[in-house]
Amino acid sequence: MFKLAHFLKPYKKEVILGPFFKLLEAIFELMIPTLMALIIDNGIKLGDKSYILKIGSIMILMAIIGMGCAFTCQYYAAKASQGFGTKIRKALFQHIGTLSYSEIDTIGTSSLINRITNDVNQLQLAVAMLIRLVIRAPFLCIGGLIMAMILDFKLSIVIIFLLPIFTFILYLIMYKSVPLYKTVQKKLDNLAQTLRENLSGVRVVRAFAKIDYEKTRFEYSNKNLTEDMIKVGNISSLLNPATALITNFAVLAVIWYGGFRINIGEMTQGQVIAFINYINLIVLALIVVANLVIIFTRASASAARVNEILEMEPSINDPSISNDYISLKDSNNVVEFRNVSFYYKNSKEPTLKDISFNIKTGDVVGIVGVTGSGKSTLLNLIPRFYDTFKGTVLVNGIDVKEYPQEELRKKIGLVPQKSVLFSGTISENIRWGLENATVTEVQLAAEISQASDFIEDFPDKYNTVLSQGGVNLSGGQRQRIAIARALVGKPEILILDDSLSALDYSTDAALRKSLKENIHNASIIIVSQRVSAVKNSDSIIVLDDGKIVGIGNHDSLMESCITYREIYLSQLDRKENTYGSPSFETTF
Amino acid sequence: MEAQVLKRLFKYVGKYKLYIFFALLFALISNILFLISPYFTGKAIDNMIGQGKVDFNSLLKIAMILIFIYITSSLFNLLQLRLVNLISNNTVRNIRRDVFNKISTLPLNYFDTNSHGDIMSKFTNDIEFISEGLLQGINQLFSGIVIIFGSLGFMIFLSIPITLIVVLITPVCFYIASFIARMSNKMFRDQSIVIGELNGYVEEIIGNQKIVKAFNYESRSLERFEEINTLLYEHGRAAQFYSSLTNPSTRFINNLSYIMVCIIGGIMSISGYISIGKISSFLIYSTQFSKPINEITSIISQFQAAMASAERIFEVLDEESEPVEDESIPVLENCRGNIVFDNVNFSYNKNKPLIQNLNINIPQGSTIAIVGPTGAGKTTLINLLMRFYDVDSGEILIDGINIKNLKKDSIRRSFGMVLQDSWLFTGTIRDNIVYGKPDASDEEVKEVLKKSHCDSFVKKLPNGYNTIITENEGNLSQGEKQLLTIARAMLVDPPMLILDEATSNIDTLTEIKIQQGFLELMKGRTSFVIAHRLSTIIDADLILVMKSGKIIEQGNHRELLSKKGFYEKLYNSQFISSTGK
Repeated sequence: MFKLAHFLKPYKKEVILGPFFKLLEAIFELMIPTLMALIIDNGIKLGDKSYILKIGSIMILMAIIGMGCAFTCQYYAAKASQGFGTKIRKALFQHIGTLSYSEIDTIGTSSLINRITNDVNQLQLAVAMLIRLVIRAPFLCIGGLIMAMILDFKLSIVIIFLLPIFTFILYLIMYKSVPLYKTVQKKLDNLAQTLRENLSGVRVVRAFAKIDYEKTRFEYSNKNLTEDMIKVGNISSLLNPATALITNFAVLAVIWYGGFRINIGEMTQGQVIAFINYINLIVLALIVVANLVIIFTRASASAARVNEILEMEPSINDPSISNDYISLKDSNNVVEFRNVSFYYKNSKEPTLKDISFNIKTGDVVGIVGVTGSGKSTLLNLIPRFYDTFKGTVLVNGIDVKEYPQEELRKKIGLVPQKSVLFSGTISENIRWGLENATVTEVQLAAEISQASDFIEDFPDKYNTVLSQGGVNLSGGQRQRIAIARALVGKPEILILDDSLSALDYSTDAALRKSLKENIHNASIIIVSQRVSAVKNSDSIIVLDDGKIVGIGNHDSLMESCITYREIYLSQLDRKENTYGSPSFETTF
Repeated sequence: MEAQVLKRLFKYVGKYKLYIFFALLFALISNILFLISPYFTGKAIDNMIGQGKVDFNSLLKIAMILIFIYITSSLFNLLQLRLVNLISNNTVRNIRRDVFNKISTLPLNYFDTNSHGDIMSKFTNDIEFISEGLLQGINQLFSGIVIIFGSLGFMIFLSIPITLIVVLITPVCFYIASFIARMSNKMFRDQSIVIGELNGYVEEIIGNQKIVKAFNYESRSLERFEEINTLLYEHGRAAQFYSSLTNPSTRFINNLSYIMVCIIGGIMSISGYISIGKISSFLIYSTQFSKPINEITSIISQFQAAMASAERIFEVLDEESEPVEDESIPVLENCRGNIVFDNVNFSYNKNKPLIQNLNINIPQGSTIAIVGPTGAGKTTLINLLMRFYDVDSGEILIDGINIKNLKKDSIRRSFGMVLQDSWLFTGTIRDNIVYGKPDASDEEVKEVLKKSHCDSFVKKLPNGYNTIITENEGNLSQGEKQLLTIARAMLVDPPMLILDEATSNIDTLTEIKIQQGFLELMKGRTSFVIAHRLSTIIDADLILVMKSGKIIEQGNHRELLSKKGFYEKLYNSQFISSTGK
């Protein structure tokens, strides 16, 4: 937890002055019972009204100053703790941006989000409590004890007995309940998971007629959770009655022995009353300390989760020395793979095995292969989303590891398999590809990607606001905007990862045509399950089980590559057409 | 409105009437005892006036009484807390169960039109608010009232003039607390709006980190994040500051009334109106009197939150369920698979008719392919057949029986369904496959894995089919997930099949291999196939070409081609243009 302390540095003043003011308030609070004893023992006993009024007004003055101090402290606490949380959130967000795919995969998206929101909140709360209470509560305890000792040392032995008993009970309750809180949290997660699955899989649940099974499953989690919650509740319900009992017995002891002390003339009535007040004060402070301990236990768990991210070294880093990648540029081979192998974490077998090929400037290259053959993985290596396990990937003749990542990715326009858009307007979404794109550039990109027609049909045209994920558009519309987004940055390499699947056939054809007509300098890599989509590429790479089983153009592959032939034939109309029939003539 | 919600909430709590009765009784006992004790402490102090003037006999008596009071009060307090703990947790459990069961009866339409995130938050956040509200409400509200009136009574009994002072100061305290609560409530609302915005942004950006990286968007997203983050800082600071003023302010008022009691009590004592012991008792009562008042203000806002949450939950319970099926409704048994659509009309939205006067006759054992552009109503046809939605008019017959007169579950069980959206739940691969047939043997599972061509990738997973599929789905590709859902349907071995774009994410080569498995499965069974790729449906016995809710052509592949209609155009466009580049 202390590793995060440096985020508090800008708030040094608040962290020091906050508790100081709180201390002042506590001092005033501590004096009040003593002053009250003075009123009783001097004022009342001697019948001195003006003395009572004098002490009374001092007390009022102290109460007012105390309140002022408390306000100041609360202000510092709010400022420092919120500032602290804000700084950590920013650091987390920024750091997550530098992590590579494999780290993000390891932690998982929802956990990342939870840490940046919930965990930081816990930490914020802990800091606020720290400033407000960390000095005040122990001070009230110890101060109360000292004041009691000053009043009457012998009687204060009662309090010295009280403390360990209280601490023991507190420890016992925490010891029992803290682990239970953790299981409750886990069971709550389970319940939520069952629910989430039932919402997203409602069709499947009903199609398999499993409603009753799911009800039982939910009720089981529900019952399980409730039982543990009741257990936790029962344990914590001990705290109040137990503290009350201990405090009251202490008060009783004070009265009894106080009686003896008064009888031998070593104490006064007022002092006994003040003593009782101090005991109450100490116990209240102890309860606060107990709460502080709970808050800090929780916060330390959160701190560990936050630290885990902050300390995570991105496995993909920019090169330390900057290269002159313009003069080194080898204009012949845009993309080259040299003996590349790749493993995902936790998998037994490599996803890519010894892959070598190169793509020349301006070429259109198709990649085909069956499900799970490694097509998408191969694409992920080009923008260096993952590092290879063995071998090198080169872009423009330079190892991708030699580029700053930003430089490398600027060259690449990626259209992912799942076309995700972001909340914002259509033109904002397209500008993802080029921050300062002009209106004309945006429109041109949309035209090439066949998106301009439907965009113009919207009442707000390019300023149409998309909801999160672009759910207010059809799949085909989303894909076309995703393509425009990739095109607007005028990439040297355009990668289409099976990204035309949601387009109907005439749009698909029009899009291909316009890509062909408008994109001249870029190399295009198309991954597809349909051979027809890549058939006319300059070259086609055939993947099977992570290995390249064929490279060449359509005709040569038909002769030399069995896998390719199989895939191709599987997509033909097996009855009516034979290979080479007129209906397969290409359009351009 | 509020009263209605309260009444319904009470109905839930009312199940534990006896518990509540005892909880309140115990609260009454323990609080009254708690209130009596300062009176005795005061008496004890009056019995020890000074040196040599301590009456130990009376002191002993009082001490015995106090011991009894303290023990019983704590005991009853403990019992009360435990009872309320039971009541609130069980109430919440019942609400959760009811809402879940309710959701199970809601028509599919509900899930298609409501945000899942919102439903989730009803189960977590809203229920939490109710639980807290109930727990605190029952525990503190009642105790608070007992203490306020009790200590007021004792104070009046001790001294009317001093009581007046305390009672006059208290409303100020109450007012300040509620003023701060109102102010900070508004600020908290503002804050939670910004938090929502921040969460949304973080979810969007981090959830799609891969695209962010591909487009070098990191620094731009950080800028936007900083904007929201800074806004949150400002709102958060204000909300926290204002809300944290409550404690010091009320503490100040308490101190003030304490001091006033000292001063006035002192002066009155000089004139002999009140004993010192009574002042001591009074001091305790006055703090006890104002403490619950502070607490009640916070409970009231908590309770309001609980009410708002309860209202949101009752909304779900008020949704219209699908009608409950009569126990006597017959089940579909030994289904042969003759299906007739007779003059069926249906629309999701009353203003936009979709399926109109649909008539189809499907003999048993045939394979029906449904093709047509997006929005033509292909999936709707399946939704009607499975009774996910009911027809507006007309009827659908299976083996001559109107499906409205058959048990829904028995209809659904008669279909094996594979959807485009491959849904898997957290659990092992095996758990997912045996979902429709939990008692399947290992042999059967292995067999079906082979038939669905899952075995090659399942073998590669670290624990084979005992590998747990998690939220991020590890290394399973879209295609692999779909293969698993196919295996799941194959295992059930149902009399009829529905394949709704079941192979859209799978390459054609694997598809052909699976199709052999499917063909075997489809032999003699009525099967429905929806597909974009026409090549996959050429062998169908009957192809239905749908356009805007109507069947515009039907026949087998050869017949439809020779008709030179919509189908032929669709078929040719698919082959010609898609080969071009």
